Amino acid sequence: MSASSAFSLSRVLAMMIKEFIQLKRDRMTFAMILAIPIMQLVLFGYAINTDPKELPTLVTSADNGPGVRAVMTALATSRYFALRPGFVSEEQASRALVDGSAAYVISIPPDFERDLARGLRPQLLIEADATDPSASANALAGLPEILASALSTVLTGPLAAEAAGASPVDIVVHRRFNPEGITAYNIVPGLLGTILTMTTILMTALALTRERERGTLENLMATPATPFEIMIGKIVPYIGIGTLQVAIIIVCARVLFAVPMQGSLALLIGITFLFIAANVTLGYTFSTIAKTQMQAMQMTFFWFLPSILLSGFMFPFRGMPDWAQVIGAVLPLTHYIRSVRGIMLKGAGPADLVGEIWPLAAFWLAVGAIALLRYRRTLD
Amino acid sequence: MKEPGDDTVISIVGLTKRFNGRTVVDDVALDVRRGEIVGFLGPNGSGKTTTIRMICGLLKPDAGSGTCLGLDILTQSTRIKREVGYMTQRFSFYEDLTIRENLDFVARVYDLDDRPRRVAETIARLGLERRRDQLAGSLSGGWKQRLALAASVMHQPKLLLLDEPTAGVDPQARREFWDEIHRLAAEGLTVLVSTHYMDEAERCHRIVYIAYGRIVARGTVAEVIARSGLSTIIVSGANVNKIAALVQGRDGVEQVAPFGNDLHVVGPDAALLKQAVDAAVAEVGGGVTAAPGATGLEDVFIRLMQQASVADRTSNGGKA
Repeated sequence: MSASSAFSLSRVLAMMIKEFIQLKRDRMTFAMILAIPIMQLVLFGYAINTDPKELPTLVTSADNGPGVRAVMTALATSRYFALRPGFVSEEQASRALVDGSAAYVISIPPDFERDLARGLRPQLLIEADATDPSASANALAGLPEILASALSTVLTGPLAAEAAGASPVDIVVHRRFNPEGITAYNIVPGLLGTILTMTTILMTALALTRERERGTLENLMATPATPFEIMIGKIVPYIGIGTLQVAIIIVCARVLFAVPMQGSLALLIGITFLFIAANVTLGYTFSTIAKTQMQAMQMTFFWFLPSILLSGFMFPFRGMPDWAQVIGAVLPLTHYIRSVRGIMLKGAGPADLVGEIWPLAAFWLAVGAIALLRYRRTLD
Repeated sequence: MKEPGDDTVISIVGLTKRFNGRTVVDDVALDVRRGEIVGFLGPNGSGKTTTIRMICGLLKPDAGSGTCLGLDILTQSTRIKREVGYMTQRFSFYEDLTIRENLDFVARVYDLDDRPRRVAETIARLGLERRRDQLAGSLSGGWKQRLALAASVMHQPKLLLLDEPTAGVDPQARREFWDEIHRLAAEGLTVLVSTHYMDEAERCHRIVYIAYGRIVARGTVAEVIARSGLSTIIVSGANVNKIAALVQGRDGVEQVAPFGNDLHVVGPDAALLKQAVDAAVAEVGGGVTAAPGATGLEDVFIRLMQQASVADRTSNGGKA
């Protein structure tokens, strides 16, 4: 086996040993090898739940009595609906659906108690935020049964028999914002944020590490250019590229998928700009930390994974446990996706989206400050 | 003396830099006057690059103070950067930009007025008019270095810092490079250049030798050689290899180095050295001639390096 052309176990071994040594030295890759499976298992195992419970629900009522109370108790105990105590006005309820603070609004009509007692099957209107059809489907499917069993305790005498048969109330479901439950309406706005996250962070994360790897950074730092000037100069081109991507996606969303555009295009552009700026600044921060382009790519991937899983893009946000919702609430993608769905599908205005805009702005400022602090120390 | 008069370009004292508790530059003092070409010499890792980086504000010193072009190196590094040209060890312009695009970038970063004219002039001075749209990455080592030099002086700095500028460049290109440096110095530019090459050290007005972060010698080349007190005997003939083995380690012999067919034997005491060489010549029974020769800069540096190494081990011995 000593002929040099023959397969040599020693040479294979030499390569293997070298690979392991290099892997051991590359802390970042090593950390990824261990952290990715753990992260995936935890996120998929614990955080993701396609059957969300405890969805915030508001009730508007024109009547009150044992029947109404029974309905509300039943909804609360079903664990699908988290009822806000007391009643709200129709206006408040409608507003809550648009700004996303409520997932369902239940309206009890006048004379509900009387009609119920007479067996007239009074109407019970349920408005659901159907922008994410899968998130609302299970709760709506379970509703008739929940109400029937609840009302059977209220209805006595001859009506009890009726209760056992058909439902004692006529449940009317309004799937708001996406009445046909078209998945594309939900996915396309989400994709807008996902694509932007991936490309803008990656492009800027590579921008500074490339200078470092090629040795041009030292030269750049010896010039009068300040860290702030360099950062702005590096970030702005990628904001431009991100904007171009947005234009492409919005045109495709309209032309190919007929996704409606209920709200203001200007508002969408404004929030998109904020979102791109936050991402690009984050990418820049990555590139001040990463030593090589490889590390910058790994960090981007590390950010992308929870973004896609915890932002409400793939899985319903409200289905996640509290800790996952807290993480999700920090991610810019979460707020951006809500804003885009709000504007495109619900026609949400600036006032409805304040709760999404300030977290984006806060994230941007915080990351920008970190980037500037990090940059000053790079050669030292 | 510390007062930065018209003539003083660099004046620093007590400059010190530590990385992770290890002292890389230790109490360095440096004075450079206008129009001087000062050679900064020392073995690899001796702190040359770190010192240069501290002078131009790329690194913050842990101790020490001083001025560069009359500006405080601790607080006015932004203004220093505007007046200083810095050429890094590695080619640090953009290989994926053309020659003209690179120069244009530099001109914009330094906010130069009349930019197109300056860029065109620089290209003309380089003689690269026909290749100005060629990518910088496709240039040979010598051309890259000329481009880097031209880009470093385009904003007409008063001080030029060159960090091992001629590493990996052929002798012809090195010669031209040094001619250019002298031309610039004659126009009043001050140059601090680090190098390993002895022939380049000899082209400097003054040299400063740094080892283990400390300056161990300074002056003109002749002064540094004279101050070392070393004597050299050159042995030539057929049996120089035997002589080399014999004189090694004898009293008065510090360095034994073959140069082609000759053998250079160097020691600090001329009398002892002669004794040792004569004894060896007698032992091989002739066939060689031994004559006093001139001590070279390299011999002096090797001695300085060895001495500094001993001193460093003594002073850093207590460290973990």
